Amino acid sequence: MGDKMRRILCGLGTGAANGLFGGGGGMIAVPLLKSAAKYSEKEAHATAILVIAPLCAISAAIYSFGGFFDKSVVIPAAIGNIFGGLVGAALLDKLPAVWVKAAFVALMLAAGIRMLVG
Amino acid sequence: MSFILYLLAGFVSGMLGGMGMGGGTVLIPVLTIFLGVSQHVAQATNVIAFLPMAAFALPRHKKSGYLRSDGLALVIIPALISSVIFSFLATIVGGDALRQLFGAFLVALAVRGALSLKDDIVARKKGKTKSSSAE
Repeated sequence: MGDKMRRILCGLGTGAANGLFGGGGGMIAVPLLKSAAKYSEKEAHATAILVIAPLCAISAAIYSFGGFFDKSVVIPAAIGNIFGGLVGAALLDKLPAVWVKAAFVALMLAAGIRMLVG
Repeated sequence: MSFILYLLAGFVSGMLGGMGMGGGTVLIPVLTIFLGVSQHVAQATNVIAFLPMAAFALPRHKKSGYLRSDGLALVIIPALISSVIFSFLATIVGGDALRQLFGAFLVALAVRGALSLKDDIVARKKGKTKSSSAE
């Protein structure tokens, strides 16, 4: 498969997941930016944010148009997100990566099963 | 009271996001499972909450030199198109079906995460510095 085709497919997959699920685009974009565009780990993480921000802006408009904007949830969650993001970025170098990843995988699995059957 | 709970949910997911892991894949299930927010409202909350965080993170990444833009149009343009289509689709799908689809997506991501974790551990045992070669 050509390099250009891979990039296009990377974009289509990221947009589809992020649009349908309102998140998770980064989980698709990061590995694909590494394999399709040959970005390094850190470049892929940083650039994924640049790719996903406009997608989130589009989804925010379409979801809000559909009547799903609830400011009593959005405002506190957005404030928390900013501060959490700053703390997370600072903690990144101090935590043993494997255990953080393992906890994250376990959390996703438990939540996923709960949402499938609940 | 719920203001504080939403704030905490945002904080935890933002922390994971800041560590380069999917913040939204945590925020959405926490909002729906523990705080009784509907699937659609949780998804809308996540896409909106992502924007100010990105506004803080991007200048920092640009300064560190990790932000690339070469050939990125080929990724972003198809992503914008499929994002419009699938965002509309999300607003049409019922809440229960969307929640189950999201659950299946999370399980798939967890399986992939577990496999890459296994590779990490194997590489570490062999004493290879796999990640350093990528950076």
